[in-house]
Amino acid sequence: MAFHLTQGTFSFLPPLTDDEIYLQVEYCLDNGWPINIEFTDDPHPRNAYWDMWGMPMFDVKDAAAILYEINQCRRTNPHHYIRVGAYDRGKGRQTLALSFIVNRPIHDPGFALSRQEVHDRTIKYTLHSYATDRPKGERFL
Amino acid sequence: MLIEAASEQKDRWASGVIPYAQMGYWKPDYEPKDTDILCAFRLVPQEGVDPIEAAAAVAGESSTATWTVVWTDRLTAYESYQAKAYQVVPVPGTDQYIAYIAYDLDLFEEGSIANLTSSIIGNVFGFKALKSLRLEDMRIPPHYVKTFQGPPHGIVMEREYLDKYGRPLLGATTKPKLGLSARNYGRVVYEALRGGLDFVKDDENINSQPFMRWRDRFLYCMEAVNKASADSGEIKGHYLNVTAATMEDMYERAEFARELGSIIIMIDLTIGYTAIQSMAKWARKNGLILHLHRAGHATYTRQKTHGVSFRVIAKWMRLAGVDHIHAGTVVGKLEGDPMAVKGYYKTLREAKYAADPSLGLFFEQDWASMPAVMPVASGGIHAGQMHQLLHYLGEDVILQFGGGTIGHPLGIAAGATANRVAVEAMIQARNEGRDIMNEGPEILEKAAKWCTPLRVALDVWKDITFNYASTDTPDVMPTPNY
Repeated sequence: MAFHLTQGTFSFLPPLTDDEIYLQVEYCLDNGWPINIEFTDDPHPRNAYWDMWGMPMFDVKDAAAILYEINQCRRTNPHHYIRVGAYDRGKGRQTLALSFIVNRPIHDPGFALSRQEVHDRTIKYTLHSYATDRPKGERFL
Repeated sequence: MLIEAASEQKDRWASGVIPYAQMGYWKPDYEPKDTDILCAFRLVPQEGVDPIEAAAAVAGESSTATWTVVWTDRLTAYESYQAKAYQVVPVPGTDQYIAYIAYDLDLFEEGSIANLTSSIIGNVFGFKALKSLRLEDMRIPPHYVKTFQGPPHGIVMEREYLDKYGRPLLGATTKPKLGLSARNYGRVVYEALRGGLDFVKDDENINSQPFMRWRDRFLYCMEAVNKASADSGEIKGHYLNVTAATMEDMYERAEFARELGSIIIMIDLTIGYTAIQSMAKWARKNGLILHLHRAGHATYTRQKTHGVSFRVIAKWMRLAGVDHIHAGTVVGKLEGDPMAVKGYYKTLREAKYAADPSLGLFFEQDWASMPAVMPVASGGIHAGQMHQLLHYLGEDVILQFGGGTIGHPLGIAAGATANRVAVEAMIQARNEGRDIMNEGPEILEKAAKWCTPLRVALDVWKDITFNYASTDTPDVMPTPNY
């Protein structure tokens, strides 16, 4: 079974069409959540800091303009994971309200699970993305 | 006037028994202070007992009083230590009354649920003059809230830790709950996680039995968790139940869970308030999420006229400091009136809220920035109810499908996939502005066209509902003047 990265809110659904992405973005903007676009070729689940596609778009209130930016990011980074984040700065939240993947590499070999057997049957586990064996920018090509 | 007051004063201190109401425990003109802890009790007096005297007796026995006059009260600033019943309201159409009682902040030790509860529910519940008594709600002032640690992480930190936003989290409890060997148990965990769940859970009574000792279970579960993480590239977890006979045993198990890299441990409500607070400190210090299973709560929360409402338990647990707590499903197999459950969820999740009699919330509550607790909905729920679950419970919730995952005809992983696809499809539709309560079944049918596991789940459980009348509901006619 081919590896499929299931981070993000909609990874179990078929890839969202641009129209569907538009509707999700519109929902976020209606809630007052600014959109941020990020991309990476290091999909380790503890890689919190993907590369930012410019600044968070605090002042862009138009879903079409955001969709344009998503497509620009896709054109520049066709072999990267790209995610759209909506940020809620409300007191008591101050975190993401929604985060979903809008672009994937054609083939991701996935993760190796390394097991280091230590004492008393205890095992130390490490996840390793096969893609990151190659330098940044040369992965998923 | 002066002479009259003086003679009243003298009677108050005459040896013998005088009514609690006359001893200062009934103050109808009392204006609660911002720093007071307020309680609403539902009481049913014995035949012939005046409800005001009954309320004063509750105030007295849960603060300074004993059954007779003692001169040693006069060595204290007793006016401030005496709890004050300040309002008694009949519940229309019943023999019940709601008594409102104010307690001075100084009556309670800082940061101690054990002390708070020993006072408030310490001995009044067995009081002969009452037929029954129920603690319905409490207002905890920020002054007291701030003396508690609260949840080790809270909802926001948990979501950031898991990197999961904008949807309910999904879990399942391993079944059968008793009897599996450690190796077989880990298989269930692996299948459910690789199929798409975020969490799997030990059940409340899985501790360390002859068929599976705790250490073996922890080892196999962590193999399952890490393997599923590698398969998906997602953070996954299994709530390792560290409930045990002594604190020393619990710390030993929790430390082993940490050493293995588990992101979460669990405890049962049966371990007691002090043990819960100890584990909350441990979890904050060690960076593990703390899940609480409310084992045993229904023995005192379910009956409407006697015991302690779950909304009070929920409040105590937010103070004591847990990250997750089971709080009802509305649609599943366990007790839970929709409005009452909504009230519990508000208690756990909101930063500040107003009193709302329709939800059983007798008081306003300000949590003073204390992190929120993630409610867990568990017990007889399945993918076909996804629209109702999202409607009633919202997004910040863990939906636990035990039978609804493990009982899937195509296997455990397929059961998990059905649930994950259902929740994502429903969130997508809701965000698109669809009316999920009406269009829910249609939204699920559409997703089932391309997702066979969901198709099968909908077919198997399509008509399963648990429609029984709840025993614990907010009063139909809200009592006035909160």
